[in-house]
Amino acid sequence: MLLDYESLKFVWWVLVGVLFIGFALTDGFDMGVGALLRIVGKTDDERRVAINTIAPHWDGNQVWLILAAGAIFAAWPITFGAAFSSFYWAMVLTLFSLFFRPVGFDYRSKLANPAWRNMWDWGLVLAGVVPPLVIGVAFGNLLLGVPFAFDDYMRLTSRGSLFALFHPFALVAGLVSLLMFMMQGATYLMLRTDEAVYQRAQKMAGLTALGVIVTFALAGIWLWLGIKGYVITEMPPKDALPNPINKVVTSMEGAWLANYHSYPYALAAPILGFVGALGVWLMARVGRAGLAFLFSSFSLIGIILTAGVSLFPFVMPSSLNPNHSLTVWDSASSHLTLNIMLWAALVFVPLIVLYTLWCYRMLWGKITLHFIRSNDHTAY
Amino acid sequence: MISQEVVDLSRLQFALTALYHFLFVPLTLGMTFLLAIMESVYVMTGKQVYKDMVQFWGKLFMINFALGVTTGLTMEFQFGTNWAYYSHYVGDVFGAPLAIEGLMAFFLESTFVGLFVFGWDRLSKVQHLVVTWLMALGTNFSALWILIANGWMQNPVGAEFSYETMRMEMVDFGAVLFNPVAQVKFVHTVAAGYVTGSMFVLGISAWYLLKKRDMGFAKRSFAIAAGFGMASILSVILLGDESGYEAGEVQKMKLAAIEAEWHTEPPPAGFNIIATPDQEKGENSYALKVPYVLGLIATRSLSEPVTGINDLVAQNEERIRRGMQAYGLFQKLRQGTASDADKQAFDTLKQDLGYGLLLKQYTEQVVDATEEQIKLAAKATVPHVASLFWAFRIMVAAGFTMLIVFALSFYFTAKRSAWNKPWLLRLAVFSIPLPWIAVETGWFVAEFGRQPWAIGEVLPTFLGTSTLSAVDLWGSIFGFVALYSILLIIEMYLMFKFARLGPSSLHTGRYYFEKLAGGGHTAHAYAQKLNDRV
Repeated sequence: MLLDYESLKFVWWVLVGVLFIGFALTDGFDMGVGALLRIVGKTDDERRVAINTIAPHWDGNQVWLILAAGAIFAAWPITFGAAFSSFYWAMVLTLFSLFFRPVGFDYRSKLANPAWRNMWDWGLVLAGVVPPLVIGVAFGNLLLGVPFAFDDYMRLTSRGSLFALFHPFALVAGLVSLLMFMMQGATYLMLRTDEAVYQRAQKMAGLTALGVIVTFALAGIWLWLGIKGYVITEMPPKDALPNPINKVVTSMEGAWLANYHSYPYALAAPILGFVGALGVWLMARVGRAGLAFLFSSFSLIGIILTAGVSLFPFVMPSSLNPNHSLTVWDSASSHLTLNIMLWAALVFVPLIVLYTLWCYRMLWGKITLHFIRSNDHTAY
Repeated sequence: MISQEVVDLSRLQFALTALYHFLFVPLTLGMTFLLAIMESVYVMTGKQVYKDMVQFWGKLFMINFALGVTTGLTMEFQFGTNWAYYSHYVGDVFGAPLAIEGLMAFFLESTFVGLFVFGWDRLSKVQHLVVTWLMALGTNFSALWILIANGWMQNPVGAEFSYETMRMEMVDFGAVLFNPVAQVKFVHTVAAGYVTGSMFVLGISAWYLLKKRDMGFAKRSFAIAAGFGMASILSVILLGDESGYEAGEVQKMKLAAIEAEWHTEPPPAGFNIIATPDQEKGENSYALKVPYVLGLIATRSLSEPVTGINDLVAQNEERIRRGMQAYGLFQKLRQGTASDADKQAFDTLKQDLGYGLLLKQYTEQVVDATEEQIKLAAKATVPHVASLFWAFRIMVAAGFTMLIVFALSFYFTAKRSAWNKPWLLRLAVFSIPLPWIAVETGWFVAEFGRQPWAIGEVLPTFLGTSTLSAVDLWGSIFGFVALYSILLIIEMYLMFKFARLGPSSLHTGRYYFEKLAGGGHTAHAYAQKLNDRV
C-alpha cells in the first residue's frame, strides 16, 4: 500500500477536488461559451465562430465531469448514492440539459435551415446554463445541510424535493457558479476569437467578473452570519472502517468558518477567488486575453477550494440527522480500493494532461469569420 | 418495505435507457476500427479515395457518436440517482472499473475524436492516423472496463461482504480484472460491435452499388466491410459459444432458463430448438429437441449433466435457509451481541447471505420467514423462461444469418464479382438491421437472465433501488422517453439524409451528385430531388 488509510482518505478528498477543478477549468469554458452563445454571436457566422473555438475540445473536457462522478462513485460510494438520489430531480434535469450538447454541436451546422440552427443554439444555451447553476445550487445545499438519514442497513431516506433545493442562499451559490463558468467562457473566447465576437466577450468578461465578486462576497457574508454549520464532537479514529452513523455532530453558528480559524492559511482560497476575478476585470479592460483567462482559472480554483475547505471534513452534511452526515473519514471506500484508484490516477492523470495539451496545441489559433466561411462544410 | 412499483419502474427506466444507449455503442466500436483500417490503407497507398472514405464514413460515425455520448452520461448518473443502495453496497468494487474507464479510455476516445474531425489540415498524415487509432483504442478500452464492471455483476469474484461497513469490499483486484465472464463478454461484445460497423458499411455501400453511383468508392468500402465483418462474425459466434460454456460454469440458472431445461437430464443433455415453456408448472408443454447438443455446448463433455431449473430451485431453497441463518448472525454482529462462535459461523455462511436477502420482499425481518415465503423466494430465483428462450434464439438466428451474408459477400468480393450480383447487394441492404436485433436481444438475455439478482447471488435487484416515489420515476421515465424519441428521429433523419447523399456530401467535386449538378453548391438540392423519386 502506498499510504496508510487515514492519509489515503484525505488524498482522495484532494483528488476529488482536483477533478472538480479540472471540470470547472475546461468544461467550464465550454458551458460558459454555450451560455454566452447568443450574447457574443449576433449572426449565424458569429455563433459558429464561438462554437468552433470549443468544437474539437468540449467532448474531452466533459470527461472531467464524468470522471468526477465516477471518482465519487469509487471513492465515496455511499455519498454517490446519497447525493445523486437526494438531488434526484436536479440531477435528472441537469442530465436532460446535457443531452443538448453532443447533438447540438454535431447536428447544428449540418443543415442550413435557420430555424434548425436556432433551435440547437438554444439547446446549447440551456446546456451551458443549467448544469453550472444546478451544481452551484447543489453545493449551496451541501452547506445548508441535506435532509437525509440512514437506517441500520445504510438504506437512505431523503426528505428533499426539487423545490426545497431553491433556498435563497443556494440560489446565490448557483449564481456564483453560473457567473464563474460564464467568466471562464468569456475569457476563453477572448483568447480564441477576434473582431466583434472578441469585443462582446471582452465586455462579458468584465461584467461576469464583477458578478462573481458580488455574489461570492454575498455568499460569504451569508455563510458567516446567517447559516449554521456542522461540527463533529465525537467520532471513531480517522483510520477506522467507515461507518457514517457512528459519530456525534452538532450544528452551530459560524461553524463553516472554523477551518479558517484553525488554519489561517486556508484563507488563501477565498482570497484567490476574489483576486482572480478582480484580475479578470482588469485584464479584460486592458485587453490581455491570456492573463484574463489565467486569472479566471485562479478565481475558479479559489472558489471551489473555498467550498471544499469550508465543509471539510464533511462532504455531505445531514440536516435531518446531523450524526448521519457523510465525512471524508466515514464515507470512503476500502483501503485497497482507494489504493488501487490512487495508482490509476497517478499513472493516467499526467498522461491525460499531456495529450490534452498536445491536442490544444495542434488546433490552437484564432477562429475567424473567414475561417468559418472557407470551411463551411467541415466546421460545426 | 420497498415499494414494488418503484422497483419495477426503476428497472424499466434502466432497461430502456441501457437498450437505447446500446443502439449507438456497437456502431461506435465497429466504425472507429473500420475508420482506422481505411486510414491505414490511405497512408500506405496514398490514394485519395481512401481518405474520402475515412471522411465520409467518419461523418456518419459522428452522427451516431453524438447520441452515444448523450446517452452514455445517463448510464453513469443513473447508478447514483436510481440505484443508491446498489451504489453503497457494491460501489467499493463496481465503482473502481468505472472510474478507471474514465481515466484510461474515455479521455483518450473523447480527446482524440476532436482531433480526428478537426485535425485533417493541422496534422501530418501519420499523426492523423495515430490519432484515429488512439480513438479506436479508447472506445475499445472503454468497452473493456465497462464489461469488467458488468462481468462482476454476473460473477462477483474477488470481493467479500463486510458486516462492519455493511457492503461488499474488494479483496482481490486481479480476480475482478481477470474474471473469466468479463473477458469472454468483452471479446463477444466488441466483436459484435465490429459486426455492426461492418454490416452498416456493407449495406450502405451495397445500396450505392445497386444505384450504380460512386462505384470505386463503394466497391472499396464494400470489400473492407466484407473482410472485417467476416473475421468479426466468426469471433462473435466462437466467443458466444465460450459464453455458453462460462454460463454453464457460473450462471447455471441463466443457462437452464435460456434453454428451457426444467429437469436435469441424463448427460449429454438435449437442446430445445423450439419450446413453449410454462413458468407456473415448471415444464415445457411442447419441445422440439436435438439430442446431445446442449451438453456439448455447456459442459464440453458427454458425461457431465446440465442441471435443470427445478433442481436448481431445490438447491436455492437450501441456500435461502442458510441465508436466513447468515442474516440472523449478521444482525447479532451489527448489534454487537455476537460471540466469537457466531462470528465464525457467519464467515462460513456469508456466501449465502444474498439468498437470505431475497426474503426481504416478503418479510422485513428475514429470520421469521414462513415455509411458504421460503418456497416463494426459491421459485422467484427463476428468471422468466419463455422470453429468455426466445430472445436467445432470435439473437442466434440473426448471428447465423449475418454469417451467411458476410461469407457470401467475402467470397464474391474475393472473386471480384460481388458488385454484379444484385441479389447479394439487396441481401446486404436488408441485413442492416440484423446486428441491432442481435445486440439488443443479446443484452436482454444477459441482464434479464441475471434476475432476480443485481449482483449475482449477492444483492437482489429490488434491494438496490433508491428511496424515491413512483411519481418521481414516472416523471423521469416520461422525460427520457420523450427526449430520446425526439433525438432518435432527428438522428435517423440525418443518417438517412447523409447516407443517401453519399460521398457527394464531402463537397470535393469528385462524386456523383456534384458531377450531375455540375457544381458544388447545388448538389444537395439535386440529391434531394433525386431521392424523392427513389
